[in-house]
Amino acid sequence: MAAQTRPKRPFRWHIAVFLAPAVLVYTAIMILPLAGTLQLSLFRNVDQSQIFVGLDNFRTLFGDPNWSVNFWNALRNNVWFFIIHMLVQNPVGVLLAALLSSPKLRFSAFYRTAIFVPTILSFVIVGFAWKLILSPLWGVAPHLLDFVGLKSLFTPWLGKEQYALTALSLVSVWQFIGIPMMLIYAALLSIPEEVIEAAECDGITGLSQFWKIKLPLILPSIGIISILTFVGNFNAFDLIYTAQGALAGPNYSTDILGTFLYRAFFGFQLQVGDPNMGATIATIMFLIILGGVCVYLFLIQTRLRRYQF
Amino acid sequence: MTTKLLTALLLGTSILGSAGLAHAEDVTLNIESWRGDDLAIWKDKLIPAFEAKNPGIKVVFAPSAPTEYDAALGAKLAAGSAGDLITCRPFDKSLELFKKGNLADLSALPGMENFSPVAKSAWQTDDGKASFCVPMASVIHGFIYNKDAFDKLGIKVPQTRDEFFAALDKIKADGTYIPMAMGTKDLWEAATMGYQNIGPNYWKGEDGRKALIKGDQKLTDKDWVAPYEELAKWKPYLGDGFEAQTYPDSQNLFTLGRAAIYPAGSWEIGLFNTQAQFKMGAFPPPVEKAGDTCYISDHTDIGMGLNAASKHADAAKTFLSWVASPDFATIYANALPGFFSLNSSPVKMQDPLAQEFVSWRGKCKSTIRSTYQILSRGTPNLENETWVESANVINGTDTPEAAAKKLQTGLDSWYHPAK
Repeated sequence: MAAQTRPKRPFRWHIAVFLAPAVLVYTAIMILPLAGTLQLSLFRNVDQSQIFVGLDNFRTLFGDPNWSVNFWNALRNNVWFFIIHMLVQNPVGVLLAALLSSPKLRFSAFYRTAIFVPTILSFVIVGFAWKLILSPLWGVAPHLLDFVGLKSLFTPWLGKEQYALTALSLVSVWQFIGIPMMLIYAALLSIPEEVIEAAECDGITGLSQFWKIKLPLILPSIGIISILTFVGNFNAFDLIYTAQGALAGPNYSTDILGTFLYRAFFGFQLQVGDPNMGATIATIMFLIILGGVCVYLFLIQTRLRRYQF
Repeated sequence: MTTKLLTALLLGTSILGSAGLAHAEDVTLNIESWRGDDLAIWKDKLIPAFEAKNPGIKVVFAPSAPTEYDAALGAKLAAGSAGDLITCRPFDKSLELFKKGNLADLSALPGMENFSPVAKSAWQTDDGKASFCVPMASVIHGFIYNKDAFDKLGIKVPQTRDEFFAALDKIKADGTYIPMAMGTKDLWEAATMGYQNIGPNYWKGEDGRKALIKGDQKLTDKDWVAPYEELAKWKPYLGDGFEAQTYPDSQNLFTLGRAAIYPAGSWEIGLFNTQAQFKMGAFPPPVEKAGDTCYISDHTDIGMGLNAASKHADAAKTFLSWVASPDFATIYANALPGFFSLNSSPVKMQDPLAQEFVSWRGKCKSTIRSTYQILSRGTPNLENETWVESANVINGTDTPEAAAKKLQTGLDSWYHPAK
């Protein structure tokens, strides 16, 4: 009855009008290229014309050892790249944030800035600078180690198959540690004083206060950081490319999905680019990232408890 | 940025230049190129020399950035706005242009007879029937050495492999110099300066290369594995941490006088002449026994073709015939020491190091890099794999046999030569 008496609401045009610019721009620069990539992966170039081949490209990628060996290698390396970030970047980021938020720390603004600065540096600078730092010929790393009598520990890390990927992951951690630090730092600052004071009244101070009170409160932020790290790592390309080149040497040991995609799509030296196979790899990367984000959104984020103050 | 500005300026000058032409019969030819570095040489030396002999034809050299060249050229050709003359990359990239009909057939061009079949091979159809670019320059591989270091240690220039390794041992024992400046970080050094440098002596240059393409030989044959075995022996003579040593590192090590021998390509000559403070010499890849026929990698690198859609095809052909002439070769080779003319008639060069390199053409047989023609068309790409495996062999990650087997398996997966 109520519905009948109320006058029919006019279509609210302004919503569509205000949404339109964002929707149009997003569609033009994100959705269309994405759809184009997906479409490209279903075609193949035969005699200068694109032919629809269904899922054949995916069969090649997973079935042909010339592709699958490289693909699994890249995926494995990428997972290791991600693990290092999760094990080093995020815990250390949380630690730094906790230290920074301590009221007793002097010069905290300076530390905060200093640690955050690498994040805004270009990949090219970071890759090149670290290549020089770690250079066995002119780098400072061997000299510094020599200084403390540990020269024997030095090896040309970037040139050794067993160390190169880990070394580069740590360089990437060094570059991006500012992001988890800043996000956690902000989360820590937003914890209300009353909660902390209540904890102190109950006798929870120091480390146990961090574990029992603060950490649960910043868990949602840590979740967000993890997913950002995941997306960032599986899209990574620049650092490897600037430090090791497109062939991601030595012996493909630093090849991640991004560099693998680059070689396939654009080609390298005498290798002619194959946009179709490149798009196939890009599609798989998209699916991996989509899967990871879905797992996070549906399994983890819904279980995180949020505290309302 | 500077290249963009340069391109813009050049475009501007070419438009203004053509607008200001007084003679109606004057023809202007535009050259497409990726060699922006050579702009001064073209403008100040080559083009004036040509224009003096051929009044009525004006030439404009309009380079674009190397990384943009192929894409830009493709777009211009499709749009019909490309220059009359097109600088050709070797092998498949140019062959593709020819097949698409963008490059004209130059087999009958006067002057083409000045080039050997090896020189022309980079710009021919697979069957060798049609040539579509005039070969301009090649680069030669060998070893550049520090003459002062050799004199100090009393080392003679090695002719044979035994002498070569004896020299390396002597330098190593002395300890003043790093015996050999090469790193494996950038991969291609190991393949290009290593494998392709010493390899031709083992696989007998063109004979082996052609047999490989025909399928009569395999990369797992003795002649193709042996260079890897020699490369594996290089490891102890390389500098500390060579695994992370990049190409510029190697160049600096040598020009700073810290290393005695540098596995080189002749393109280094220009740079080394300006940077090194000591005397330098060069020797070709050592052979097994004194008196053996030596083979060198004399790799075709640059050519020039005719845009099939050019409105001034006759003038362009006149120009190309001049490019094929000894006159051009002399100016070009002297202006760019290390880029050697492919012309059969000997060219007089001033630079002693360049003279040394080019003198090997007289006593050794020339070939080109084994992976460039036909064999790098598929996936996995043989050239790229050779980079990786050559570095692996020197690093000790793979044995020579394992490396060769990987390469051959990769090649077999897509290359099936018709027997």
